[in-house]
Amino acid sequence: MSGAEPKVTLDLALASGLTGEEYDRIIRRLGREPTFTELGLFSALWSEHCAYKHSRIFLRGLPTAGPAVLQGPGENAGIVDLGGDLALAFKIESHNHPSFIEPFQGAATGVGGILRDIFTMGARPIAVLDSLRFGPAQDPRSRRLIEGVVSGISWYGNCFGVPNLGGEVGFAPEYAGNPIVNAMAVGLVSKTRIFRARAEGPGNPVFYVGAKTGRDGIHGATMASATFDEGAEERRPTVQVGDPFTEKLLLEACLEAMETGAVLGIQDMGAAGLACACSEMPARASMGMEVELSSVPQRETGMTPYEIMLSESQERMLLVAARGREEEVRRVFAKWELDAVQIGQVTDDGTLRVRMNGAVVAEVPVKALTDDAPVYDKPTAPPGWQDALAAFDPLTLPAPSDCSETLVTLLGSPGIASKAWVYRQYDQQVGINSLVMPGSDAGILRIKGTGKAVAVTTDCNARFVYLDPRAGAAMAVAEAARNLAVSGARPLALTDCLNFGSPERPEILWQFKEAVAGIAEACRALDIPVVGGNVSFYNETLGQAILPTPVIGMAGLIDEAERRRTQWFEQEGDRIALLGPPAVSLGGSEYLWVMHGKMAGGLAPLDLQLERRVHEACRAAIAAGLLRSAHDCSEGGLAVAVAESCVSGPRAIGAAVELPDDGRRLDLALFGEGPSRVVVSMRPEAERHFERLMGEFALPWTWLGRVGGEAVNVRRGGETILSVPLEKLDHAWRHGFERHVA
Amino acid sequence: MNFGVVVFPGTWSDCDFHYVISEVLRQPVRYVWHRDRQLDDFDCLILPGGFSYGDYLRAGAVAGRSPVVEALPEFVAKGGLVLGSCNGFQILCEAKILPGALMRNECLQYRCQSTHLRVENAETPFTRLMRPGQILKMPISHGEGKFYADPETLRRLRDQKQIVFRYCAEDGRVVKEANPNGSLDNVAGVINEEGTVLGLMPHPERASENAMGGTDGLLIFHSLLGSLVEDGSFLKR
Repeated sequence: MSGAEPKVTLDLALASGLTGEEYDRIIRRLGREPTFTELGLFSALWSEHCAYKHSRIFLRGLPTAGPAVLQGPGENAGIVDLGGDLALAFKIESHNHPSFIEPFQGAATGVGGILRDIFTMGARPIAVLDSLRFGPAQDPRSRRLIEGVVSGISWYGNCFGVPNLGGEVGFAPEYAGNPIVNAMAVGLVSKTRIFRARAEGPGNPVFYVGAKTGRDGIHGATMASATFDEGAEERRPTVQVGDPFTEKLLLEACLEAMETGAVLGIQDMGAAGLACACSEMPARASMGMEVELSSVPQRETGMTPYEIMLSESQERMLLVAARGREEEVRRVFAKWELDAVQIGQVTDDGTLRVRMNGAVVAEVPVKALTDDAPVYDKPTAPPGWQDALAAFDPLTLPAPSDCSETLVTLLGSPGIASKAWVYRQYDQQVGINSLVMPGSDAGILRIKGTGKAVAVTTDCNARFVYLDPRAGAAMAVAEAARNLAVSGARPLALTDCLNFGSPERPEILWQFKEAVAGIAEACRALDIPVVGGNVSFYNETLGQAILPTPVIGMAGLIDEAERRRTQWFEQEGDRIALLGPPAVSLGGSEYLWVMHGKMAGGLAPLDLQLERRVHEACRAAIAAGLLRSAHDCSEGGLAVAVAESCVSGPRAIGAAVELPDDGRRLDLALFGEGPSRVVVSMRPEAERHFERLMGEFALPWTWLGRVGGEAVNVRRGGETILSVPLEKLDHAWRHGFERHVA
Repeated sequence: MNFGVVVFPGTWSDCDFHYVISEVLRQPVRYVWHRDRQLDDFDCLILPGGFSYGDYLRAGAVAGRSPVVEALPEFVAKGGLVLGSCNGFQILCEAKILPGALMRNECLQYRCQSTHLRVENAETPFTRLMRPGQILKMPISHGEGKFYADPETLRRLRDQKQIVFRYCAEDGRVVKEANPNGSLDNVAGVINEEGTVLGLMPHPERASENAMGGTDGLLIFHSLLGSLVEDGSFLKR
């Protein structure tokens, strides 16, 4: 063993993020003190980021099976069947901590990491989406983060050559010290050529491919498993530096190498780098692995085994090839001018043996690092604030004096206004599959040669989750599924990115437990399995946790791409209808936040069976060719949904709406939010057919009015309650984001 | 007509051009690796969009000195046509096969959006099916597309009708608001003096199917195919 390495002590273990209890556990498992390198392996693999030690027992409750599922959680990405020979790989992942420390590189490498997760499966990435949350838009620190994050995503994705098909941008004070940067990637793969991260077959060579290893990102996984204090900037060295060009080469080289048949298994070296890949790959196949670190391509001199194993240098993969076919692998990587070096082989002894110049520096059972990582069942407790929040009645606040002005304000608020400022910085079309680009409820990609299309979305209303974690998380699933339904798609599966504060606080872990239970309930009711995801804990700075933000990424299938729908009104004279229940609440609404600065109140009830029928009815109406547009009615309520349908299309167009005279307060009727609601428009000739169809689904629904005119007019009981010139709404919506942010 | 689509490390519009040429136009097309100098099999070479060699120096600077680009002048001299789009245009400028330079967008941000182009010269092999003054809709996607040339060069380009496309409003007015990147004189595409090499920042391959929002890009391809039939000048090789 190397003599120059520090002596391993309890203090050193604590300093590397392990607890005293965990350190004892390592000694018991090994029957001795770990070496310095071994300590590094454990600190990385037993980190929350890699081991899911606080979340695992809750995640077991998620449904993961379904007829379309080809690969569930546990691999680099989930995979669902698209019919024929094709399948869709997708996954979402967080890069919150690095993005706070260094927004440009943090966000860029977040995109890089999720893309590698897709192409390690053998899939060619066809889209990315990004779910972002920041502190208040007017705060200069938020602006710095937004500009950095958006340009980082733009730089990496554009250079790599993948279109950005959507996502979200939201704001709340709770994110000021901890922005959320979640990236989702989607790829297309032949069912017969799916690759997995398994090290099979003793004696098979283990290849290191891609970029060289440096000292960047050492302990990134550990950094992402702790809260921030004032010294966050000092952790900048733990953020990796991305190189999208090398990633593009790595993509082409990996897919070409896979094509040869010489590749047996492959894993991205992301969090915890070689340490993670060298233990997870053999663990999945109940094998062992031997590696010689002096063979690892390095771009710095004098790196220690510890540094080489824990480096999170980007754009690297670990690949297991078939013995005797090494040359085929080398030839492909040489063509793309990338390193492909054999650094070891698969063994059958279940041990990870790490050598440096022949001397063993670590010798650990792979299961000790992976399967035997601690699993915690820590206490949960509802936060003291929960009941008071729910008890607040928003109708005790004064009603707005002018609903027209309120609508203009809401449409121009940074949460609702057009996000074109963001997505015009992203390539949205490379690959020429983008049928619907960002700006509608879901992004839609054609699958060339099949007549089918895939719809993708990410959703989460974190205010709802904060006020009622279980219902709020279920609503996130419902909203994602609704966004697919209004596009004409049937959801295939989802991937979740669970962003929370410190799980060591019982009230945060309670939020987590409840949210996961809510996701599970909604998944079961809507028949949508979870095929992968990511947990991001410790999103706290100086004791301020983020709002609980379980972002749902979902993919669905449209059998006939031609039948896809978008959210905007298209034609004067078309009839407008509202599908779904009348029940809404101002609790947790955008209105309450924007107009009154409050986040409180109870949520409208979620009836998952009704939600499901709304989706089915929507898809049926779209498949029958009845609808011209369909739009999810969410943040900002009915008035905002109608206004969005008016201004978000290629050509702004007005609408005249008549609300049922139900005596509800105007702000509640116009801006109240509730699940399961969809605003649709159709040709007048489709009316009868549509009425019949809604009858078949036994759905609550109502006619709302007509498309057309130069204003958005809302009447109730014969009285005009809201009237705004189209131009004014259009301007507010189009420039609102930039006005607040840029 | 045999098309070749050049692939540099970091090119990403290669597959899109290949798809449009083979699936939409039903023409023979092959990829050309950046190390190839043997170009005799082709009638028209496409230099597609992307980030060749990562564009970590100036966009197109490294690719502009690659083997395949070094072979272009001879290919063109023998009657071959070259179409460079986006990164391809940047590469052709860097290689001095086309005049001018493409600088960082004036807004200092990447821009992916739909643009309108006014046809300024309809007498090239790439535009012969268009009308002078015709307005085309074609998307852009770049961070370095601001065309610049010194005043003398610009005057020459104007005089010799080498400016082929200019960014314009939907109604055809060439105005500042319609200029997405700050290009000098709203220049979106230029051609060499011989009329055999066209470079443009917009993506014709993204505007070649109705499903993608328009087919104005096809006019370039159809012009090329028409040129082949009517005009033997580049069949002489």
